[in-house]
Amino acid sequence: MISLERVTVGVGRFELREISFSLRSGAYGVLMGRTGSGKTTLLEAICGLRPVRAGRIRLQDQDVTDLPPAARGIGFVPQEGALFGHLTVRQHLEFALVIRRWDPERIRVRVGELAEWLGLEALLDRVPQGLSGGETQRVALGRALSFQPGILCLDEPLSALDDESRADICTVLEGVRTRTGVTVLHITHNLAEAERLADTLLRLHHGSIDIQIPPASR
Amino acid sequence: MSSPSAPHDERGNAARRSRRSDRTFLICFSVLAGSYLLLLVSTLVADLFYTSPGHLWRALQSAEIRYAIRLSLLSCTLTALLSLWVAVPIAYLMARLKFPGKGLVDALLDIPIVLPPLVIGLSLLILFQTPPGRAVERWVPVTYAVPSVILAQFMVACAFAVRTLRATFDQISPRHEQVALTLGCSRSQAFWMVILPEARRGVLTAGTLAWARALGEFGPILVFSGATRFKTEVLSTTVFLELSVGNLEAAVAVSLLMVAAAVAVLLLIRTQGLESALGRPL
Repeated sequence: MISLERVTVGVGRFELREISFSLRSGAYGVLMGRTGSGKTTLLEAICGLRPVRAGRIRLQDQDVTDLPPAARGIGFVPQEGALFGHLTVRQHLEFALVIRRWDPERIRVRVGELAEWLGLEALLDRVPQGLSGGETQRVALGRALSFQPGILCLDEPLSALDDESRADICTVLEGVRTRTGVTVLHITHNLAEAERLADTLLRLHHGSIDIQIPPASR
Repeated sequence: MSSPSAPHDERGNAARRSRRSDRTFLICFSVLAGSYLLLLVSTLVADLFYTSPGHLWRALQSAEIRYAIRLSLLSCTLTALLSLWVAVPIAYLMARLKFPGKGLVDALLDIPIVLPPLVIGLSLLILFQTPPGRAVERWVPVTYAVPSVILAQFMVACAFAVRTLRATFDQISPRHEQVALTLGCSRSQAFWMVILPEARRGVLTAGTLAWARALGEFGPILVFSGATRFKTEVLSTTVFLELSVGNLEAAVAVSLLMVAAAVAVLLLIRTQGLESALGRPL
């Protein structure tokens, strides 16, 4: 569950004031809005990457407003994937688990599961250089889901992909909800993508959020 | 009525004029670039022809010069390590943080690069005549001793290391660090596990440049450390000392040793493809 109560957040002079909305557990929320409307700023505030100036953020019924990003249990996939150039695909999938001191056998099993699900088995020993856009986003998604977070935040993960890869990753994202039950907040500009994935549509405009339930999800 | 081929001829003439102009432009630039390269290569060739393997061998047999080589290698290596130790945090903070007076701090960090070398040496000399400087001297003799050589080299070399690393950290997207934080890292874990490994080529370049810069340092060492044989003599001081006693052959032989070391460093940087870490050719 993601719940924002009168959250004010800003970058320099730009400010989003008193934003409130709630996304139930297991929902797939798609956040839309014009370029520069503050979607990414809001996502960063939820992830703990940007301090809020006022208001409270609750995740899974816990007030996380003052918690660091590491303690929020959020998987984050940025627009460009942001893979670590010095790590192999396997090491990306292991990263969060090593930090959490999982035992090696448990890590091996978890990496195997993710690689099979995301079709990364043949890429496990590759480094990010040379991966296609679709492969990069699959690795970024696997890395974000590796530690079984309760929340998944996606910042325009499909915007840099060709049509084929976009459709492919859309199918993977549909699977994320059914397979993991994670609560997803996904930023996009693409209405077709939003209608395909969202069960809750959030529109950010003029500094406030309208919530719509797409007909297919009612 | 004009001939139907007239517009065609006009276009042909314009294309010829454009090609001629492009050629002239490229020739002018090539001549200017070539003249500088010619000057560089000529000085190296002149040095090579001035000396002989015998001179080089005699220089290497000299106890004073062997001491200078040893001290140069030791002091340059310590300077490079010290420079990295200090430059990594400075460059990281400058690349990531915004704070009041950042422009001023940025300008201060460039002072050793723009200041005349002799002034740096003089400033260090004066610093160690102040009460805090004298207090340090009571515990560790610095002025006119080996530590002064390292400190004089460090003053300049560190500024170059900071510049190189700043460019490196600027190029690593803060998103990488942010993703690491969401994956469970503390800020320091994100730095050691993600940012520093991604900056490894820049770190190696900065260390190598600091080493090479330290090897060529002369002005601050002469003022702050003196030029005492078997004490504070490094290779750059040897060239000066040999010149001052009229031993031009030995001075040239030692200069060639320094040229060889500099070329080796440049080759190391090139073969590592480190210019990519700086975002520009070195």
